[in-house]
Amino acid sequence: MNSLIPLFIIIPLAIAFIIPVIGKLTNYFAKTITPIMLLILCFFSVTLLFNNNQESYIVGGWQPVDNIPIGIYLVLDGFSKLILCIISVIGFLVSIYSISYISKYTSENNFYALFCLMIAGMNGVVLSGDIFNLFVFLEISVIASYALVAFGVGKNELEASFKYQVLGNIASFLILFSIALLYWQTKTLNIADISNILKTHDSSAFLTFTQILLITGFGLKAAIIPFHAWLPDAHSSAPSPVSAMLSGVLIKAIGVYVIVRLFFNMFAFTYEIAVVITVLGTLSMIIGSLLAINQWDIKRLLAYSSISQIGYIILGFGIGMMILAKGGKESLAVLAISGSLFHMVNHSVFKGLLFLGAGAIEYRTNTRDMNQLGGLSENMPITSTTSLGASMSISGIPPFNGFFSKLIIIIAAVQAKFYLLAFLAVIVSIITLAYFLKFQKAVFYGKNKNFKDIKEVPFAMSLSMIVLVILCLGLSVLAIPSIREVVLDQAVNSLINVDEYVNLVKY
Amino acid sequence: MIVYILCFILFLVGLYGLITRRNLIKIVISLSIMEFSIFILLVLIGYIDGGIAPIVSEKIVNPTYVDPLPQAMVLTAIVIGLATTAMLMAIAIRLYRKYGTFDIREIKNLKG
Repeated sequence: MNSLIPLFIIIPLAIAFIIPVIGKLTNYFAKTITPIMLLILCFFSVTLLFNNNQESYIVGGWQPVDNIPIGIYLVLDGFSKLILCIISVIGFLVSIYSISYISKYTSENNFYALFCLMIAGMNGVVLSGDIFNLFVFLEISVIASYALVAFGVGKNELEASFKYQVLGNIASFLILFSIALLYWQTKTLNIADISNILKTHDSSAFLTFTQILLITGFGLKAAIIPFHAWLPDAHSSAPSPVSAMLSGVLIKAIGVYVIVRLFFNMFAFTYEIAVVITVLGTLSMIIGSLLAINQWDIKRLLAYSSISQIGYIILGFGIGMMILAKGGKESLAVLAISGSLFHMVNHSVFKGLLFLGAGAIEYRTNTRDMNQLGGLSENMPITSTTSLGASMSISGIPPFNGFFSKLIIIIAAVQAKFYLLAFLAVIVSIITLAYFLKFQKAVFYGKNKNFKDIKEVPFAMSLSMIVLVILCLGLSVLAIPSIREVVLDQAVNSLINVDEYVNLVKY
Repeated sequence: MIVYILCFILFLVGLYGLITRRNLIKIVISLSIMEFSIFILLVLIGYIDGGIAPIVSEKIVNPTYVDPLPQAMVLTAIVIGLATTAMLMAIAIRLYRKYGTFDIREIKNLKG
């Protein structure tokens, strides 16, 4: 019982409450402790990713009675290791970036406290093996993110935050409702235990209703297309480091992760549910990219492109689910799911980088309107180069990581004979290239009209952007199958072999 | 059965208010009504006819206890609901200070 898993939740949670207290005495405490904490979590999660042990931890040591689990379980398997890694690496780089960026706001301590609270909530969602506990951690992280979106307290920020909160609350009600229905049917809250009990159940209309409620609730959190209305406002109004966190990590950790975890490891999904998920993914892929073309605000363009890229991720999982539900070749499903996981990692890296770049532009010019910008590549060489790298990566230009992950998803779709889906994925990739060319041309090239004498951003901001662009190039090595097996196969295995997750929670 | 239907009607009342009201504070109240209808459902799930509070005592012969877990869940959820309502109210008051009105038709800088 000397496992280290709970530290992922305890350390950020404790620091979130220490910062407002000690922060009153000295101004430098919050700025130094947050990156240090995230660096420790980074090392910790990367070492976990490369060793094979998967474990579970019983909070408070409440051992099961008569084979019925009564305590709260924290479960660490391959999939949660991968997401923990994304959270801490992106969180670390974003916190370094914030040291300079947030200094223009008042009450920096509150920012860092909320930031740590959001990290704690996301780590909790990823580790929790208990569906109600998952809901509690989810609420912790979204309440912190509501406050962070409104952090600028301008007109737009407040309006965006209110809209985000109304839709977020409805999503939470739907999730709570579906948890209530699940408890009604199975009389337990443990995900592994629910999975065991549902195996003996026939699929009833009641169960399907619960599944639809869950897809709606977590779809609202992940901003899949019919439920996306809050995302462009919230992500474009938040301070840029927060946008990078929200777009790069939050919608994956509390949206996509939970959908995938529940449908792979808890429910035995049917073919119909797989089709629903694939259709939702395809819709958000297409409509998100079409809406992005017409935007002239940098961060709104990036926000819509997030919707489109989340569509790719959901599409990959959907293809894998359809193949598995029809009893097709398992190797194909493995290919689709690992492509999807790969794209998830990549998207958090390049979308984080793009939002940080947009923040750097806003930091120097105080505008996000593409019509007023232009020719910034001479004044801001580092921002220009890194954001060019990220744009090439997201639109799928070969040496960068985005190309390989999209390629794997498309290859899986073609081999599984979903030609239409593969065709649409290619088309959307071309549209993505189009609007990122527009972004690059309008902001960094062309004639510099208004901002002739601006300088490059401070060192801390450019450092995290440079590290992220190196990651963009470096992650391409995951395209080599033997390296991909080391990193992603654990995660894929824990999704495909349902029993592995159940056996992990011993009772 | 009638209790469940009443609970569902309460949910619909909240939804109706959320859709039709134009005042920020009334929207927050509608959200609270929706939330509490779900809490009532949760408590109802644990309810057993003639059940008593699960406090183990030797004086009661052949006791029937209600399920305590949904009650614990509702208590947790009420605390979370308090936090979200406080957050919504704080933002609504800041919006009032910026715009001088609670009417959502006046507050539309963003396009959605």
